[in-house]
Amino acid sequence: MSAPITIRPDETFTLNVGPQHPATHGVLRVKMEMDGEYIVNAETVIGYIHRMHEKMGELKTYPQFLMNLSRMDYLGALGYSHGHVLLIEKAAGIEVPERAEYIRAITVELNRIASHLFWFGAFVMDLGGFSPLMYALQDREYILDMLEAITGSRLTYSYYRFGGLYNDVDDDFIDAARRFIPRMRASLKKYHRLVTGNIIFMKRLEGIAPLTPEIIRKYGATSAVARGSGINFDVRKNEPYSVYPEFDFDVPVYHECDSLARYMVRMAEMEQSLRIIEQGLDKLPGGPIMPEKKKPIKIAPGDYYQAVETARGSFGIRLVSDGGKTPYRLKLRSPTYSNMHLFDESCRGMLIMDALAFMGSLDLVIPEIDR
Amino acid sequence: MNGVMERDYNVHGYHLDAQVSPAQLLDAVAIIDDAGFFIESITGVDWIKEDQLEVIYDFSRYDFDLCRVVIRTRVPRSKPVVPTITGMYAGANWHERETHDFFGIKFEGHPNLIPLLLPEDADFHPLLKDFKA
Repeated sequence: MSAPITIRPDETFTLNVGPQHPATHGVLRVKMEMDGEYIVNAETVIGYIHRMHEKMGELKTYPQFLMNLSRMDYLGALGYSHGHVLLIEKAAGIEVPERAEYIRAITVELNRIASHLFWFGAFVMDLGGFSPLMYALQDREYILDMLEAITGSRLTYSYYRFGGLYNDVDDDFIDAARRFIPRMRASLKKYHRLVTGNIIFMKRLEGIAPLTPEIIRKYGATSAVARGSGINFDVRKNEPYSVYPEFDFDVPVYHECDSLARYMVRMAEMEQSLRIIEQGLDKLPGGPIMPEKKKPIKIAPGDYYQAVETARGSFGIRLVSDGGKTPYRLKLRSPTYSNMHLFDESCRGMLIMDALAFMGSLDLVIPEIDR
Repeated sequence: MNGVMERDYNVHGYHLDAQVSPAQLLDAVAIIDDAGFFIESITGVDWIKEDQLEVIYDFSRYDFDLCRVVIRTRVPRSKPVVPTITGMYAGANWHERETHDFFGIKFEGHPNLIPLLLPEDADFHPLLKDFKA
């Protein structure tokens, strides 16, 4: 627990965490002013892998930009592609066949589980437990194999098209997905036995890094970061899109506001994603996966916005069109950017090892922050 | 033209579109803050033909009273200065720094308006329409 400390500015020193540091899981640097083991002040430095996706958005035509969205978040790429295609379809008035939308929801949820599994493994590893990562990666491998078979890639999927999909799913995919659900449910039980409740694990998380709902709001944090602080916010429910209204699922919310609550939310979310996948497979309609007639993309001048719930929170994409072949302006609102931003203010007075556990509970993907 | 307009959510993806002058900005954001909105993002658009830069603020709600609000303000390209809203929304800090990086818009009163995503010695603004690499 963080004890109150008296700050003696003449006795502090500066500690650089990163830009290359295993705990940051990417190229992120935090300049920490330390009083012994306690953080007096922290300044997060980002931008080391900034690629200016938004400029590329202005230079490339609408279809050419499709693959950029899968290169922001390498753990949960499909969620970002989903937001992009939904936005363009809304703005250009493109109808999507029902089957395509169901397959999108199934694959996005599979991707969400894969992303949460990687987070789970890496998070526990940050806290000193190495073996859960191996189990998590094994389960994640099943998903990557399934997605590879239908999308052609293992991480940087470019699977969705304006109006539908690049490729239909086959019986092998549906069988594999059906087999995966009970296996994953058993695994989640195993993870809870293996990790949750472990005394060392609990001591590192319980009551650590409390985030008040007010600080969440002032920074615009979303995902498990908000839901672990008692905020019942999930774009899939609050601002329904795609076929999510057709599914019966819950939004896990924990009110403890600490690192443990954020962990519990993500663990519970995997169960809910399995429910969505199960219902999606049951309800999957037949029919085409692309509109019959392909129309050129024409977007009337104006301002369009679309938000989706990715594995990392509320991803927003804004298009300002002047009626041309390329966007006049394309803005990508990244969820981890807002989630990470509150770190500097929240980690003051914390022990450094608590702050690193806190950072892990934010589920950061650095290229997604830097864009 | 300043004023508040209602937008068709099904087409545009947001509900209210408030165009304000830079002098009215803080008052407009204060209303949003009091009403319990969270900050989504801040960004800019370069309207070079009209010789103006636009700053766009996105706000939304955590409850089920769905309402997306967009506040926009325009400044001349020759003097792109707007007041900072970091006093109300601490999370505006990075968004304003990023908008300064990309458009050169100055946020008056910002505590630390240095490059965020661009290199620390960057003296260019890549999203300006007359930017040449």
